[in-house]
Amino acid sequence: MAYDKFQILKSTAVPLPIENVDTDQIIPARFLKATERVGFGDNLFRDWRYNPDNSPKEQFVLNNPIYKGKILVGGRNFGSGSSREHAAWAVYDYGFRCVVSSFFADIFRGNCLNIGVLPVQVSAGFLDKIFKAVEANPETEIEINLSTQTITILASGEKESFDINDYKKENMLNGYDDIDYLTKMTTEIKAFAKTRPF
Amino acid sequence: MSTTLFDKVWDAHVIRKIKDGPDVFFIDRHLIHEVTSPVAFLGLKSRNNTVLYPERTFATADHNTPTINQHLPVEDPLSVNQLKALEENAAEWGISHWGLGHQKNGIVHVVGPENGITLPGATIVCGDSHTSTHGAFGAIAFGIGTSEVEMVLSSQCIMQPKPQKMRINVNGKLGLGVTPKDVALFIISQLTTSGATGYFVEYAGDVFRNMTMEGRMTVCNLSIEMGARGGIIAPDQKTFDYVKGRLYAPKGADWDKAMTYWETLSTDDDAVFDKEFTFDGSAIEPMITYGTNPGMGTGISNNIPNAEEVEGGIDSYKKSLNYMGFAEGDTMIGKKVDYVFIGSCTNGRIEDFRAFASIVKGRKKAENITAWLVPGSHVVEADIKKEGLLDIFTEAGFALREPGCSACLAMNDDKVPVGKLAVSTSNRNFEGRQGPGSRTILASPLVAAATAVTGVLTDPRTLL
Ligand code: SF4
Repeated sequence: MAYDKFQILKSTAVPLPIENVDTDQIIPARFLKATERVGFGDNLFRDWRYNPDNSPKEQFVLNNPIYKGKILVGGRNFGSGSSREHAAWAVYDYGFRCVVSSFFADIFRGNCLNIGVLPVQVSAGFLDKIFKAVEANPETEIEINLSTQTITILASGEKESFDINDYKKENMLNGYDDIDYLTKMTTEIKAFAKTRPF
Repeated sequence: MSTTLFDKVWDAHVIRKIKDGPDVFFIDRHLIHEVTSPVAFLGLKSRNNTVLYPERTFATADHNTPTINQHLPVEDPLSVNQLKALEENAAEWGISHWGLGHQKNGIVHVVGPENGITLPGATIVCGDSHTSTHGAFGAIAFGIGTSEVEMVLSSQCIMQPKPQKMRINVNGKLGLGVTPKDVALFIISQLTTSGATGYFVEYAGDVFRNMTMEGRMTVCNLSIEMGARGGIIAPDQKTFDYVKGRLYAPKGADWDKAMTYWETLSTDDDAVFDKEFTFDGSAIEPMITYGTNPGMGTGISNNIPNAEEVEGGIDSYKKSLNYMGFAEGDTMIGKKVDYVFIGSCTNGRIEDFRAFASIVKGRKKAENITAWLVPGSHVVEADIKKEGLLDIFTEAGFALREPGCSACLAMNDDKVPVGKLAVSTSNRNFEGRQGPGSRTILASPLVAAATAVTGVLTDPRTLL
């Protein structure tokens, strides 16, 4: 099993209403030097979170104790830029299991799915509702149900459904990953490889 | 049925289609580097898997390497760990490895084409988003995450839903001082950084036909900056001439066989795309960016647009300008610049250094400018010397560094200091991309050169 199963997640959320959050912000390049997958959460949003002298930037949301939880809610086009999976690792390692946005960059979305972080894409209107609800009351709980593919703001009952392909959904519900699938196909792959001209 | 170039190459690599899921997609050639591969090898080991086809993977060290004194031991211990991990993993599994100092070493997307690893009709992946570069040869090439690097190592496949198809046509004659970089920055400014998300882009039209292979690589390289997974250009005689005779290109009868296949690689006349854009090449100016994503670009002689004029959120736009220290309505030409960087997989090839030389020749580097000239590979470095460009640079007060990614992502010591403004030929102007607190203007080698000799952001047309 590659990662924990993801079925129903009920949690408060951390709002980050900024658009085009790129993976260089999620984890700056100078923190990509590890040869093992440990400790990336410490540097999540490093330069938005800390001053150059490593003191916390008070106004940044991760430094505001009233916001916490396993759901990160970001603005449109979340995760653009570099393909670094480290960005998804940092999100996971910090403690998030789900990122909600109205639009995701492709590679970041794929990386999340590969490591057990669920990207939930909602309409711009619903995203706005979440931001407003969480800002009005940081204790607002959000429920993400992967089986039914729904996201609900529990206090108001407002709900929206989200897309995920059946294959990835099964994987996440069961904690499987693509490598489990591919390594069962070796014979087929080898036969195919013989037909390649280069 | 009529199909596109992209369909032809994609469909030829699908081993299995999963209903309501991704395709099991075969990878012909896989490039790895020291930053995104160590964890993949750890994963491979922890699952007791092996590298299925070591001869299909190629390793080079580039992201983390110093660009001076490469003959000396690397100082940063963390970088040393990554370089060592790459070397050891390559040795353990029998993967070709061009480490620091090797004459074939260089940026992964520069050495791939140089050595015939990049071929028309091939599928190529690498744990770096600018893998899209290789699409210039009619390959399907895109960036992947580390989990996928592990997949390719252990199965030579990844699982990918097939992207949608977009075609971008640019026709007409490019104006003076307008380079492939400007064409790409122009397209991104029109589509925004998410305009092509979910799509694979084919570039068509005489502007791309007339480009050199280097120019096409620059264009395909930047596809990711509008959100596209990759870009592709149909191969033609220029492509075949470039590939022929290179180290890992097919030879003899294999070459003839490959050519027969490659000649079929174009989009059928009546093939349909999910989305299509057409632009007039003659209307494109030398481009620059003024914000903190590559979509925030405009012609060099324009002023910075007002927040109301741009798509997207006003707050994010203002935050971005605030970071840059610019204001709506500012004129960009004449802004005082501190650093000039020419290099990266976007503009670190020989043609880019020729362009840079064409302007600095007979002029002098401005006093206030720190310039980093970083070739994309040792081969590029050797060509710079062979063609006499180094003499021009030295004469003008510029020094040449050794190859690597350098200030493109500033993982090594080549960091633009806090608050300093850089004109860079690389691909990303994100906050802190070139060093914490650094501010970046993306531009062509010609704009970089014009700026390097005047000390302020300068329209290269005034110096050509
Ligand atoms: S030069 Fe920049 S974009 Fe290109 S491979 Fe290196 S880090 Fe990636």
